[in-house]
Amino acid sequence: MSTTTVAHHDEHTDHPTGIMRWLTTTNHKDIGTMYLTFSLIMFLVGGSMILGIRAELFQPGLQLMNPDFFNQLIGVHALIMIFAALMPAATGFANWMIPLQIGAPDMALPRLNNWGFWLLPPSAILLTLPFTLALFGIGDGALATGWTFYPPLSIQGGIGVDFAIFAVHLLGISSVLGSINIIVTLFNMRAPGMTLMKMPMFAWGWLITAFLLIATIPVLAGAVTMLLTDRHFGTHFFDAAGGGDPIMFQHLFWFFGHPEVYILLLPVWGFIPQILQTFSRKPMYGYKAQVYSLIAIGAMSIIVWAHHFFTAGMPVPALLYFMYSTMAISLPLAVLFFCWIKTMWRGSMSFETPMLFTVGWIILFGIGGLTGLVLADVAADAQYHNSYFVVAHFHYTLFAGGIMGIMAGVYYWLPKMTGHMYNEKLGQLHFWLTAISFNLTFIPQFFLGLAGMPRRIPDYALQFAEFNMISSISAFVLGLSQLIFVYNIISTARGGKKATDQVWEGAEGLEWTLSSPPPYHSFSEQPTVK
Amino acid sequence: MEVDADKNDLSSTEQRSAANKKLGYKMVWIVAGSLLFAFALVPLYDVLCTITGLNGKTKSTASELSNTKVDETRWVTVQFTSSTMPGLGWNFYPKQSSIKVRPGKVETVLFEAKNITSEVVAGRAVPSVTPGAAAAHLKKLECFCFERQALNPGETKVMPLRFFVSPEIPADVKEMTLSYAFFSVD
Repeated sequence: MSTTTVAHHDEHTDHPTGIMRWLTTTNHKDIGTMYLTFSLIMFLVGGSMILGIRAELFQPGLQLMNPDFFNQLIGVHALIMIFAALMPAATGFANWMIPLQIGAPDMALPRLNNWGFWLLPPSAILLTLPFTLALFGIGDGALATGWTFYPPLSIQGGIGVDFAIFAVHLLGISSVLGSINIIVTLFNMRAPGMTLMKMPMFAWGWLITAFLLIATIPVLAGAVTMLLTDRHFGTHFFDAAGGGDPIMFQHLFWFFGHPEVYILLLPVWGFIPQILQTFSRKPMYGYKAQVYSLIAIGAMSIIVWAHHFFTAGMPVPALLYFMYSTMAISLPLAVLFFCWIKTMWRGSMSFETPMLFTVGWIILFGIGGLTGLVLADVAADAQYHNSYFVVAHFHYTLFAGGIMGIMAGVYYWLPKMTGHMYNEKLGQLHFWLTAISFNLTFIPQFFLGLAGMPRRIPDYALQFAEFNMISSISAFVLGLSQLIFVYNIISTARGGKKATDQVWEGAEGLEWTLSSPPPYHSFSEQPTVK
Repeated sequence: MEVDADKNDLSSTEQRSAANKKLGYKMVWIVAGSLLFAFALVPLYDVLCTITGLNGKTKSTASELSNTKVDETRWVTVQFTSSTMPGLGWNFYPKQSSIKVRPGKVETVLFEAKNITSEVVAGRAVPSVTPGAAAAHLKKLECFCFERQALNPGETKVMPLRFFVSPEIPADVKEMTLSYAFFSVD
């Protein structure tokens, strides 16, 4: 039955072929595929940059690069991983899966969708072009301020800062367009009978993400625009000499920057329970509790920003407010952890690659959350601020909590998207190599931070040498392990064992009622949800 | 019947597309609103800093000397530090590192700046007070930081600051530091 549907629809696909298909497509599956491919490429680019950093930090002293280039690699690595790898991966899943999960024929605003994607490659080029220009003697390389653009350094920096500002503008417009599209799709395109409280959890995660994006990305856009006018048009927003205040930039930046953390994580918190219920073969626990927790976390994320710069100077009541409000976020997050674990409790569990990544994700993301509580403590933060402890903490939340979650999603949905089963053995090998080398990379960094090693510095005291060596070697293992991931995806896309429609024995939801791969145009007639 | 259903489908598709666009435009208003909010934060931040003394901001205009009573029961130590920012070829130091004052009593302290370059250079001093809670209680009657200062090549200038510490300053503040950073202005 499913094969005839595919044939039937293939006859009717009148899209152009070759490059024009991808340039002009308004099909949510094509656009989703482009987002995910772009994300994978940029993940490798950003990863190579940080391997350069780890190579330099392999030994104390300066061996491979000058400090300026080191700083450029660090800042661009972060911008690429956040804006060009993690966010597009989540948007790619949204494009692919939200219409399928809510029984819609496509996204609500298909042309906007196409534009949203095609803003990404130019902005990636803008970010990295200054490296190439510097080789030809133009400018002094890319953004060297770290991804946070703090003035006065960013006001004094070279053309790399301007390139990064425009790249952030484009990336921001792209995210805002994608978010508007997702909100409209979720509000207007749900199948008849699917009320908001019957939406799949992934749709809920993305709905909150999208609202956070349209509320906070413009603040970032405003802040970097002020930076640009300070640099070139004589304004004094952040220039103390003219009556401005550099600390104000930190407030503006983190007003965006803290919700951004949840923007990266909420889509993952959406599909993780779906994977858990599939491989535990029982319905997810506490659907309503999870939805309310997601909403609570989204709302609270906007009012805690100043914990990122406790040490910049604030009145004590403000310090206390930001400390307690930050710690309060762990309450709804604990509800989520409880629901995830309870979903597995007494389930008939099996451990295919997506489930391995998910269970590993819960443990590692939990460590990320707990170390965040340490940093939220004002008294402790005075010591740990800007140390490697912070670096290790946010890699537990963003690499384990973000990227390993995305990997779970990739293995979970890849058979649905391509119609082929991936190589299970390679998938499991990828998981174990990633999980072990990730921990060996970042556990030493916790101790380096506790011992006082500052972040973003290319050289360090001799006492830190052993832990840095362990961290660097593990980082290279971690980086090389991702080639297995890339190989597995490419070979699955090209062929392999046919996947069934349901793919996983315990999978439930509208996307699993379609053929694998789904027809080019799906749900032309909307299903009814009871 | 079949044809009718198709027609219905078509018009409902168009209706839906229009509804989608409408909701899309509504979302654009939220985006525009938060962009405005970003710029509105600039004046809001200044107001907040002046009220709370966040970041140690002091008023950049002279305060009025009302009949404040001198509080003879306590001392407050005011320390002075100074720095010159890169790009300004000056030596700039307070003539005294700290003084003890009675809250409410007007004091005068001196700072000395010397232009060590061979050009006329103008600078502006930006003050900051620690702890931040004390910032609003440092009242300046006359300050070199209210306007830009220009020095001829090699010129030395002694610059006065007349101020008093308001008697309303919280009782637990026994020491405060006033720091001046001199920036070059073109």
